[in-house]
Amino acid sequence: MGAILEVEKLEAFYGRTQALHGVSFAMEEGGITTVLGANGAGKTTTLRAISAMVRTRGSIRFASEPIQGKSTEDIVAMGIAHVPEGRGTFVDLTVEENLRIGMYARREKRHAGRDMERVLELFPILRQRRRQHAGTLSGGEQQMLAVARALMLGPRLLLLDEPSLGLAPLVVREIFRILRLINEESRVSILLVEQNASLALDLADHVFLLETGRVVLAGTSDVLRRDDSIRRSYLGY
Amino acid sequence: MDIFVQQVMSGLATGGIYASLALALVMIYQATDVVNFAQGEMAMFATYLAWSMLNAGMPYWGAFLATLAVAFVGGVVIQRVIIRPVENKPILTIVIVTLGLLVIFNSVAGWVWTYLQKPFPSPFPREPFRLGTVVFGAHDLGEIAVTLVMLVLLFLFFRFTPLGLAMRAAAQNPVSSRLAGIRVGWMLALGWGLAATFGAVAGLMVAPILTLDPNMMGGIQIYAFAAATLGGFTSPVGAVVGGFLVGIVENLVGTYVSFIGTELKLTVALAMIIVVLLVKPSGLFGRAHVRRV
Repeated sequence: MGAILEVEKLEAFYGRTQALHGVSFAMEEGGITTVLGANGAGKTTTLRAISAMVRTRGSIRFASEPIQGKSTEDIVAMGIAHVPEGRGTFVDLTVEENLRIGMYARREKRHAGRDMERVLELFPILRQRRRQHAGTLSGGEQQMLAVARALMLGPRLLLLDEPSLGLAPLVVREIFRILRLINEESRVSILLVEQNASLALDLADHVFLLETGRVVLAGTSDVLRRDDSIRRSYLGY
Repeated sequence: MDIFVQQVMSGLATGGIYASLALALVMIYQATDVVNFAQGEMAMFATYLAWSMLNAGMPYWGAFLATLAVAFVGGVVIQRVIIRPVENKPILTIVIVTLGLLVIFNSVAGWVWTYLQKPFPSPFPREPFRLGTVVFGAHDLGEIAVTLVMLVLLFLFFRFTPLGLAMRAAAQNPVSSRLAGIRVGWMLALGWGLAATFGAVAGLMVAPILTLDPNMMGGIQIYAFAAATLGGFTSPVGAVVGGFLVGIVENLVGTYVSFIGTELKLTVALAMIIVVLLVKPSGLFGRAHVRRV
C-alpha cells in the first residue's frame, strides 16, 4: 500500500511568527496516525498547513501529487476533509443542510444519496434531528455532525482536530468507535490531533509527537505505549 | 374606508419597491457586514440602461430581462474589481468606497443621460381596476406581483439549490465553508450580483411613478434603509416585511396626518429609523449581534 500523505520539511507561519520548524512524516493509505503534543506544539497548525489555511514552506504530497500552493478549496476537492477545531458547524442551517454542504465539493455525486443514508445510519441521532437547526444540537451531537459532514465528501483522508474536546467520556468513546468503523469499512485514512493521548493511542497505528513545532518522537503506537519512560515523560499517563 | 384600503394598496405597491432594495442591502450586509450605500445608484444606473434599450426599440420585457442580466454581471464585476481589494480593510474604508461608487454612478448617469427627467413606461395597462368602490392602479398591482415573483424565485434559489445553500453557508461561516470546498470569494460576488438584480427591479418599477432622473433613487434608498432597519439588517424576511410596512405607514401618515402631506413623507422614514434604533436596534426579525470583546 502506498503513502497517502508525505510531508517533508514543513514550515508554517502566522504573519511573521513561525509555528512549524521542518516537520516531516508520512502516512500509509488506510492508516490512522495521531499527532500528540502539548498546547502550542503545532498540532492544529500541522492540519491547517495541509489544508492550506496558513502560509507554508516545504513539501506536502497527497497520493503522490504535490498539493503545495493549491487553494484550500482545491485541496478539499481532491478528497481531504478537515474537521476543524471547534467543529465549524453552520449553526443557522439545518442538520440536513449541513450534510449537503459536506457534499458540495464532491467529485462524483452518484453515490451521494447512498452515502447520506450510510452516514445517518452511523449517527442515528442526526437522523432524528435532521430538520433541526444545527445550533440547537448538543456539543457531542455537533461533533458527530462535523464528522458526518466531512464524510459526505467521500474523502480519502480525514483530518480531525481534537474531536474529544469538551465532550463527555461516553460520547467520546462513541465517536472513536465510529471513527474506527469508518476507517475499517471504507479505508479512509485518518490524521488525528488529540490532547487525550491514551485515547488516541488506542485508535491510531502510528504516532508522532510535536514539541514547539518539531517532531521529537515518531513510531508505531504499540512501541510507544510499551515504553514506560516515553509514556511518563511525553504522554503523561 | 375605501380611501383607507386604497392607501394600503398603494402602500403595498411602493412597499414592494422598498422591499426589493432593502433585500439587496440586507443580502450584502449579511454576507460581508457592509452596507452598500451605492445600491440605489446602481439601480438607477440599471434603469437608465433599460431606458436606452427601450429607446433603441427593444420590447419592454426583453429590455427588462436584459437589464437584470446586465445588472447581475455588473454587481459581480463591481465586487471582484472594486470591493475585493479592500475586503479586509476596516469597515469604514469599505463604506467610503461604496459612497465613492454612489457619487460616480450619479455623475456618470448625469453626464451620459443629462439631469433632465425622462418619462419611463410601465408594462402594465393604464386603466385602473375597480373592485366595488375601491380603485386599484394597474401599475400598483403589477408591481406587487413582480416583487412577489422575484421573492419566491429568490426563496426557491436559496432554499433548494446547492449554489443557494453554498451562498448561505459562505455568509454564515466563511472558514468552515472553505473547508467544505466552497469558493467564498465567488459566493460574495454572486451575492453582489443578485443584490444588483433586485435593485434593478426596484428601479424599473419605481421609474414610471417618479420619472427617471439621476437622483431618482435617493429617497427610495432612505426608505429602503428604514425598511431594513425596521425588519432587521440580519433578516431577509425582515427586510421584505419591513419594506411593505414602511410603504403602508408612509402612505397612511401622508393621507391622514394633514401637516405631513407629501412634502414631509421622507421625514417619516427617518423618524422610523431613529425610533427602531432607539427601541429595538436589531429590528423586528433581526438577531442581536453578540460579540466577544
